[in-house]
Amino acid sequence: MMLEKIKTDIEATVPGCLLEIIPNGSPSGQRSLLIEPSHAVAAARFLRDNADLRLDYCSNVSGVDWLDTEISEKVTVKTLVDGVEQEIEETRKRRSPGHLEAIYHLYSMEKKHGPVILRLRTENRTDKIHLPSLTPVWRSAEFQEREIFDLYGIIFDGHPDLRRILMWDEFEDHPMRKDYVEPDDYEYEPTAHDDILTKAKQHNA
Amino acid sequence: MDQKVKIELSQQGIVTTTLEELYNWGRKNSVWPMTFGLACCAIEMIATTMARYDLARFGAEVFRPSPRQADLMIVSGTVTKKMAPQVVRLYNQMAEPKYVIAMGACAISGGPFKQGYNVLKGIDRYIPVDVHIPGCPPRPEALIDAFMTLQRKIDEQALTGPNKPRHLDPDAPSEFIVPRFGAHDLDPPNNPDVWHILNNVDSCATGKDDVGED
Repeated sequence: MMLEKIKTDIEATVPGCLLEIIPNGSPSGQRSLLIEPSHAVAAARFLRDNADLRLDYCSNVSGVDWLDTEISEKVTVKTLVDGVEQEIEETRKRRSPGHLEAIYHLYSMEKKHGPVILRLRTENRTDKIHLPSLTPVWRSAEFQEREIFDLYGIIFDGHPDLRRILMWDEFEDHPMRKDYVEPDDYEYEPTAHDDILTKAKQHNA
Repeated sequence: MDQKVKIELSQQGIVTTTLEELYNWGRKNSVWPMTFGLACCAIEMIATTMARYDLARFGAEVFRPSPRQADLMIVSGTVTKKMAPQVVRLYNQMAEPKYVIAMGACAISGGPFKQGYNVLKGIDRYIPVDVHIPGCPPRPEALIDAFMTLQRKIDEQALTGPNKPRHLDPDAPSEFIVPRFGAHDLDPPNNPDVWHILNNVDSCATGKDDVGED
């Protein structure tokens, strides 16, 4: 099943939907389809109902927290040095903003094919953290979207019952986020190392 | 009574005993655990009660599905922070005398999840534990050993005096603080009074445990 064909099919059916194929450098080489959130529900309905695809089974939904990253690029710049034009290599640093991501793994029970992997990304990690819920399309996403809401803090618009599922309702943090700070509750650890060793030193200081 | 006189009398066919011995003998051989399992250790606990290991030999075959009828709470498995208040509440609802066995790495310390955000670092943060069993999970033999340790502990309890058991001491607490769900952690994160009580009341019994009389 070619991801390129799915991409063109979605573009033809859902006008204005921006799609991008995300390559995967790992041995599995499983590529995925990044879908713009505003058209995600329409695209998901197409994937489920299209006679050739019939992706009727959403087996897994998971979350990822991508931090802000600094990308350094080497650029050749022409500058005037003592009146002579020279080419100088410069390293420029560019900040790539972080985002939260929800990933859907889709299979077809009817056609016996899959997986097709969808990615939805929020605009940033702080305030624009809304994504459309795909629970109206695949009912099996309900609890897993609740889990992502609980642990990563993505708010799924259109979810029928968006509450915390693992942590208690009074809990305020999102513990799977990379910047989660856990309460200072260090206990003796016989082989403390790395992060735990720093934690132990801080606690005992 | 002097041990020598007692042995002498028993050789003559006269059985002597004390109320304390009789009372503790009855208690230690009818400890009813609560039907209560939290994780994979519960599978080992169930195996212990089945025909092969047969916990019934020790008078503990009646697993009671109500804290009101149970004497022993076997905390078998991972206690998550979300579950901890319910475990403490169950313990509070048990009638005295009541005992706790913390079974497995998770129940005694948090085990492999100790550095996580969602697992309690040992149930002895909130309730007094009589016997800790390490292991992941402990084998049924280990649970039987813990059970026998508990029986010895019950047997050695003096009913009067400063080391009398908690259920005969009107000043000793029988209920402990049920933690509340806080914004970042359980509130309070632990109950330091639990260890204070253990050190004062049960010092005699726990001291003897360390010697090992087998």
